[in-house]
Amino acid sequence: MFGFGVLKGMLVTIQNFFASYFSKDHLTTVQYPEERLSAKERYRNFPFLVYDQAPEDPRCVACDICAKECPPKCITIVRDSDAEGKPLKRPKSFDIDYSICMNCGICEEVCPFDAIFMDHEFELAEYGRFEDLMYHKDRLLKPNDHFKKIRPTDATRIDAKLAAKTQKPAPPVGN
Amino acid sequence: MDQLFVNLKHSILIFAGNFLPEWAVILISILISVTAIAVFGPVTMMYLTLLERKFVGRIQNRFGPNRVGKWGLLQPLADGVKMLTKEDIVPKGADHFAHFLAPVAIVIPALLVFAVVPFGRNMVAVDLSIGILFFLALSSTTTIWIFVAAWASRNKFSLLGGLRSVAQMVSYEIPMVLSVVPVLMVVGSFSTVAIVEAQSGWNWFVLTPWGLIGFVLFFLTGVAEVNRTPFDLPEGESEIVAGFHTEYSGMKFALFYMAEFMNSFTISAIVSTVYLGGWQGPWLPGWLWLLIKSYALILVMMWFRGTLPRFRVDQLMGFAWKFLLPLALLNIFAAGVWLAFARPVNYLLSAIIVALALFILYFANRPDMPKKRVYRYAVE
Repeated sequence: MFGFGVLKGMLVTIQNFFASYFSKDHLTTVQYPEERLSAKERYRNFPFLVYDQAPEDPRCVACDICAKECPPKCITIVRDSDAEGKPLKRPKSFDIDYSICMNCGICEEVCPFDAIFMDHEFELAEYGRFEDLMYHKDRLLKPNDHFKKIRPTDATRIDAKLAAKTQKPAPPVGN
Repeated sequence: MDQLFVNLKHSILIFAGNFLPEWAVILISILISVTAIAVFGPVTMMYLTLLERKFVGRIQNRFGPNRVGKWGLLQPLADGVKMLTKEDIVPKGADHFAHFLAPVAIVIPALLVFAVVPFGRNMVAVDLSIGILFFLALSSTTTIWIFVAAWASRNKFSLLGGLRSVAQMVSYEIPMVLSVVPVLMVVGSFSTVAIVEAQSGWNWFVLTPWGLIGFVLFFLTGVAEVNRTPFDLPEGESEIVAGFHTEYSGMKFALFYMAEFMNSFTISAIVSTVYLGGWQGPWLPGWLWLLIKSYALILVMMWFRGTLPRFRVDQLMGFAWKFLLPLALLNIFAAGVWLAFARPVNYLLSAIIVALALFILYFANRPDMPKKRVYRYAVE
């Protein structure tokens, strides 16, 4: 009957009004700073570096693959060298410009040493546009426990893979 | 309690009378009434914005403002500070004087109509013998300032909003005035105080057949007069940016809002006065009854806003001219019959007339739906 749709609609809205006082389904707002939703495990936004024992000894070997693959070229790596100038398998400096990073996760995909992963941290507001969003090695390095905490499925898989690799005898050199 | 504010004013005047001449006491009396209205109007408006945002928020399953103060109670103050500190932009091609004048002048009728609202027994600023006429005349002048604002902005969207506003006012003013006529016939006076007194002892006009129809008509046309959803075509956001206040910002914009909210409060108060018995009611003091009734009607307006989409222009005009206007005229007839006969018969007769009128208008206004075409040879 024409005209009664208005009344039906009014009934729906007033039901929603009263239900908002009694049912959580009818008041879905999350009051963000005080309460927050837990991040999904596969959520990713910015990369970080993993170390196993000490931050001086990261998994990263400064191979520069991630820096070459990075589409917006936000990663800059300088290889460390010893006193005689012989290159070492660790980065002297590892910088990621978070203001350029586009959260694609390609660095994580291509890293052959499982050293770089995408983090769950999203409250990254800073006062400086350039210096403060340039993350150096000290801010990027996080322990493996952190990785285990935020992404347990990936972390256990990768830990198992790394453990298998260390137990296997080194392949014979030559032939 | 009932005479709380009246006695307060009276004692102030007696105290002033001890050492002031008579003309000064009259001046103080006027000043007290004016100050009370000039404070009450804007404060009501400020908290109506909060009430509306909370109410519509709950309808949409969210909290509404709840950050500034407990339950967001300081939100109107924060909004006021924001509005005052915003940049005041005047378009280059605008008529500067009219652009400035419109938002200032639009508040004047909105405040003036408070003068004839009877807030309680003896609580009316001026008991004008033409109170209702005063209200109808002044509230319709708001549209002139809306059109001035629209014209002065020199913006096609503004102008379209202003034109819509004028068309809407012309259409809805007629059923609005006609829907009050039955009450004026029965009471025999234009005075708002006399109308309230005629409804004492649960003789509210809304409880009669013609009064029920008149109440709905007056309320709907009132909603249309103050340009609120679903009649908010002059400021239809999705169609013409923001209508007549497209080119207004800061405090000038806030003044338009102030006028709109004060108008919606006064229209609710006048509807309660004319049909819902005004400040009449058991147990509670009179002024509280009037506020309860007015706020109930305002909540219904907000409920409309949370529910209904905007009318199309032809639907708006058709609703006024093809439904509200004939119903208002037939309602006057029903009220005349109610007056002419004795007690039990008149209710029956006017109820029959009203029911017939509704029935006929309902079927006359049904949308013309073409029959579904049946294809005899084509196979789907």
